[in-house]
Amino acid sequence: MIEIDWNTFTPGAALAGGVLIGLAATLLLLINGRVAGISGILGTLLRPSRGDIAWRVAFLAGLIGAPAVWIIAAELPAIRIDAGYPALVLAGLIVGIGTRYGSGCTSGHGVCGISRLSPRSLVATLSFMAGGFLTVYLIRHIIGA
Amino acid sequence: MKFSLTSFFSGLVFGIGLLVSGMANPEKVLGFLDLAGLWDPSLALVMVGAIGVGLVGFLIAGKRTVTLFGSPIRLPTATQIDKRLVLGSITFGVGWGIAGFCPGPALVAIGAGETKALVFVVSMVAGMAIFEMFERSMQASRQTARRGI
Repeated sequence: MIEIDWNTFTPGAALAGGVLIGLAATLLLLINGRVAGISGILGTLLRPSRGDIAWRVAFLAGLIGAPAVWIIAAELPAIRIDAGYPALVLAGLIVGIGTRYGSGCTSGHGVCGISRLSPRSLVATLSFMAGGFLTVYLIRHIIGA
Repeated sequence: MKFSLTSFFSGLVFGIGLLVSGMANPEKVLGFLDLAGLWDPSLALVMVGAIGVGLVGFLIAGKRTVTLFGSPIRLPTATQIDKRLVLGSITFGVGWGIAGFCPGPALVAIGAGETKALVFVVSMVAGMAIFEMFERSMQASRQTARRGI
């Protein structure tokens, strides 16, 4: 039985943040004509083609720059990274390989793909969710780390 | 080059959305992925909000073939559901579950000055490069086989 943690659940902020993410994806789609799939935007830069670089770098710079804009108005929200360095390296390698092999991540398949009602992206999203659920279950409840 | 500024702005809004929603914090993402512990459903509502708006955006995009400024809208063309899609996505999910980071939030966390996020992203780009090299060598060997060498 799933038990909801009412102390950490933040429905309002989650919905509001989600709306902003949806607006950002819509903006990129209707002005730049591109899908906001972050692993693809980043990964394609590894084999760059002429005229297809600037918008990618600009989008990524916007993502990295978001906290700098945020602190003009408010204190940054807490970011807690429990994973140690070896786990982070391993996780990074796996995410890098998996997102390219599966052609997308949470943004490209999860947000944009489902928004355009792509069955392919729905399957991808269910697959990475399943992978995530199982991994956290193994780490937290079987291995007990 | 022309629309790099709008692309930058889109990345900025995306990043602020991740900060507002709490998704730039791996602890919160792992709270969602931990179904057997005390569960934090926030990530599901982030998806609901983003897809709710995205549905409208893609509906508009589907009715026109060009952007508001007349350049083509480029949508993914692949439709096949194959081993590659499923295995790749499960693999990504495993990595996501280990650290609680997916690509977007990790980039935002770099901007927040998190060294650990930088280590994750450098490793992620290395993983992407490894995949790229593997793909190229596979393509090359397929071509060689086709030529009968």
